[in-house]
Amino acid sequence: MSVNVYIPTPFRHLVGNRASVKARGATVREALTDLDTQFPGFNAQLVDTTGRLARHINVYVNQVEIQTLQGETTALKDGDELAVIPALAGGAPTAMTPEMVERYSRHLIMPQVGSAGQRKIIEASVLIIGAGGLGSPVALYLALAGVGKIGLVDFDVVDRSNLQRQILHVTESIGLPKVVSARNTLLAHNPNIDVVTHEEPINSENAFRIIGDYDYVVNGADNFATRYLVNDACYLLKKPLIDGSILMFDGQATTYIPGKGCYRCLYPAPPPPGMVPSCAEAGVLGAMCATIGSIQATEVLKLILDVGEPLVNRLLLYDALALEFRVVKVRRDKECPLCGDNPTIHELIDYEVFCGSPIPHAEAPFGG
Amino acid sequence: MAINVRIPQPLRNLTGNQSIVPTSGADLGACITELEGAFPGIRDRLMDESGQLRRFVNVYVNGDDVRFMDGLTTALKDGDEVSIVPAVAGG
Repeated sequence: MSVNVYIPTPFRHLVGNRASVKARGATVREALTDLDTQFPGFNAQLVDTTGRLARHINVYVNQVEIQTLQGETTALKDGDELAVIPALAGGAPTAMTPEMVERYSRHLIMPQVGSAGQRKIIEASVLIIGAGGLGSPVALYLALAGVGKIGLVDFDVVDRSNLQRQILHVTESIGLPKVVSARNTLLAHNPNIDVVTHEEPINSENAFRIIGDYDYVVNGADNFATRYLVNDACYLLKKPLIDGSILMFDGQATTYIPGKGCYRCLYPAPPPPGMVPSCAEAGVLGAMCATIGSIQATEVLKLILDVGEPLVNRLLLYDALALEFRVVKVRRDKECPLCGDNPTIHELIDYEVFCGSPIPHAEAPFGG
Repeated sequence: MAINVRIPQPLRNLTGNQSIVPTSGADLGACITELEGAFPGIRDRLMDESGQLRRFVNVYVNGDDVRFMDGLTTALKDGDEVSIVPAVAGG
């Protein structure tokens, strides 16, 4: 039998912008399944992670809500009027407003994301170390994707030399704290999210407090001391760490899941000061930031959605001059002092001593 | 026997900007000795005073880290690819 289905504005893009469509089926479930066949992605808008109708979606048969009938098994007869109505703002905590449904529509129509996945993104929290070259594209893409809470750690202020690559900052922001400039930009792009600013250098005293509040951590630090600190803190707090680094025309990216290897397994010790130059000393092609940062943002979203294969136990190497991507193995080192079989590091150490160089701070920053 | 060695950007000033250098050599140590003969100074960038690979420089043979193989005595054969990958901290 055939029923008429009223489609509210937020879902019309899925059905060719029509307000009403026909569906076939003997029950509400069958009709919804038929709609999904006609308009792939439709059902993903309606169900939660368990495949049941999400609590913010109400379905009406002849203007009676189906929970007061027989739920999804409610029988339909020819000519019935079916309506699928999402709650607007103020419903369940992660209910999407029509604005959000429209904003995230290119996510929502993908079966790997859908309504359930988009809600996972909205409920996620991600901390980004550094609001600079890598932190900028990572934060921007995560904000656009709708990550509900984005934390930014940076003590620096916007300098004109940052603007060649750090896309969160604009000329008018020169002199502003980077986290303030970054927050302004992110909220201008997506006002639905929270941006938490940590305007301080991350160190052994505050790392647990800052990182502890987030689900995922992205490393966009510009120095080795901070990279070892963040690695150790993430492992000890069991937080996934999405790592990336760039220099000149070279980039690297990998994802560390606690127990499957860490930065110390990959590089057991930092170079002596001066042996590997920083971006401030050797330069970096601005567009490199987008390549590696976008990969980091992609990894975060894949982990949130639990789709695909994360870049775990693999180091991605990007050579922009040759325009080649290569992958080498990353193994958990049984001898690793942090995550090996007999670890000796059980708390954060003095990373300035370990690296032989200071963690940059407001009075003596470098790089960026 | 040809073993291609991929040279990272920070070391290309030593190799006349070559990004891939063909070598021969039965193991990694011999390969590095050959590189040093052609490009003096490169060994110091890869190995420390005690003759060990520096801990912030990784060397991969066909994508596998030699620290998990036989280090400098990792055997090489025709067609193998050696990659030198130093840690990079820029962000």
